[in-house]
Amino acid sequence: MLKQIEGSRAVAEAVALCRPEVICAYPISPQTHIVEALGAMVKGGELQDCEFVNVESEFAAMSVAIGASATGARAYTATASQGLLFMAEAVYNAAGLGLPIVMTIANRAIGAPINIWNDHSDAMALRDAGWLQLFAETNQEAIDLHIQAFRLAEELSLPVMVCMDGFILTHAFERVDIPTQKQVDAFLPTYAPRQMLDPAEPVSIGAMVGPEAFSEVRYLAHAKQLQALSLIPEFAAEFAEIFGRDSGGLVRSYRCEGAETIVVAMGSVLGTIKDVVDEMRDLGVSIGALAIKAFRPFPLTEIRAALQEAKRVVILEKSLAVGIGGILSTNVRMALSHLNIHGYTVIAGLGGRAITKASLHRLFAEAHAERLEHLTFLDLDQGLVERVLERERSMRRSGPIAESILRDLGVVAARL
Amino acid sequence: MDKRGMVFEVRIHGRGGQGVVSAAELLADAAFREGRHAQAFPSFGSERTGAPVVAFCRISDREIRLREPVMHPDALIIQDPTLLHQVDLFSGVPPGAYILINSTLGFADLGLGDFIKDFDPRRLCTVPATDLALRHVGRPVPNVPLLGGFAAISGMMHLASVISAIRDKFPPKVAAANIAAASEAFDGVIKSLALESFHA
Repeated sequence: MLKQIEGSRAVAEAVALCRPEVICAYPISPQTHIVEALGAMVKGGELQDCEFVNVESEFAAMSVAIGASATGARAYTATASQGLLFMAEAVYNAAGLGLPIVMTIANRAIGAPINIWNDHSDAMALRDAGWLQLFAETNQEAIDLHIQAFRLAEELSLPVMVCMDGFILTHAFERVDIPTQKQVDAFLPTYAPRQMLDPAEPVSIGAMVGPEAFSEVRYLAHAKQLQALSLIPEFAAEFAEIFGRDSGGLVRSYRCEGAETIVVAMGSVLGTIKDVVDEMRDLGVSIGALAIKAFRPFPLTEIRAALQEAKRVVILEKSLAVGIGGILSTNVRMALSHLNIHGYTVIAGLGGRAITKASLHRLFAEAHAERLEHLTFLDLDQGLVERVLERERSMRRSGPIAESILRDLGVVAARL
Repeated sequence: MDKRGMVFEVRIHGRGGQGVVSAAELLADAAFREGRHAQAFPSFGSERTGAPVVAFCRISDREIRLREPVMHPDALIIQDPTLLHQVDLFSGVPPGAYILINSTLGFADLGLGDFIKDFDPRRLCTVPATDLALRHVGRPVPNVPLLGGFAAISGMMHLASVISAIRDKFPPKVAAANIAAASEAFDGVIKSLALESFHA
């Protein structure tokens, strides 16, 4: 059913259609509206046979999800930013134990400086925790990925993060098609756990494993993620049959036929990128875009196949590996080993800085003309940076950077 | 719809507590009810009562993919005229834009006479939205009456679509009061437009 609703509300409705049995939640922006809506649905009786557990922290949220999942319940939670970091130890445990929890990450920057706005630093910080990570481009895809995520998680017995851009998607009020319960039930079977704590057949979960088998257990975690490389497209195809639309998958190309320049990105910025690609194509520039939908497992083969005919690749990412540059780009470049393709890393949209069409036009034109540096920070205010560096050169007690940069800018409150 | 027949963009300025985000959402919902694609989103600041707030709405006949803030609005709605002296409200607003301001004064009396001299007077109007809200709703929430005014001046959507969006958003009593306020604002703008073309 078509509805004009907030992204968070849409995700809550989709999660409810997946018949979760335990939802644990601790509020943190920009994720809060999702669990608030789910809490109201449980309380109001719309979502039945589900226990909603208010917890005292994100660490507790993931711990409750682990406990619930270990008893064979379908478990869901959501978080963002510092919340994800605070639960980090339990996040690794959920994956290591092979518990198919689904968690929404409403992607948000990580402090300090404290910042509530969007980028991908949170998901990237835990990219190697063993969870699958799927990235939504639109609210429609966010809904659809949640439904696919439960199926994937339970089939593989691995947890899945569905990443959606905080505020940009979670707080956007737009048209979405909310599936019917019948469609979701046809796609998502009842959860049949591979392992569960059951008094009738007692087992323990969480053995200590020494050097004799630790590598093998870890290898199996890797092998299961590799299985996901075939399951993700398989389930996306099945999803398309039942729901009548393409959503998810590993990667998706946009106007890449014969493209000399291909822009690679994840998440909602692809919408703006596609608009710019269309406008540049109209001007005769041979440019296309590649959306990476699954970041873990990382689809090396599919990315290589999608990019190998290009002359140059611009990897635009909302994360920064301080001290080296890109994270997504490091991964993409691995897919391009031994290919003679110029790779450009662009760090953009950190802490919610708007990524505009105007900036992308300039950026892509420079890349297309091979005038781009190999590492670029989109719309960086170089003058502002220089003032701080100069102050640090000229005096010892130059003070805290965040405060002094705001003073230089003359702002008392954040702006885009 | 707009000059390129593609996307119509609205920017709404107000203060925390005035229903700026709700206004953008109602606008998007009204457009949705007419079968259009619409996207409403806030400017994502920390929400505090009284702080300047911006929200955006895009309306199109096609899927809207763009996610940047609205920098060159086709319509500007100012819910709080005290912002005129604090925030760069008119940044990126082209002379062809519609401008609605919540005020009992005209543009000249608001000190905007010079600014609007290149604008199309049929696209400019002030609406006594706070007065209308106080009278009908009993609270100084100017957002909904301004939407009635927007429907009238822009012709972008039928008043009936705005009304049906309002009806679904609020409890029945509050909805009825807001519908009355929006309808009165709509009629007021239609009348002033008719007067203007009469004078012309």
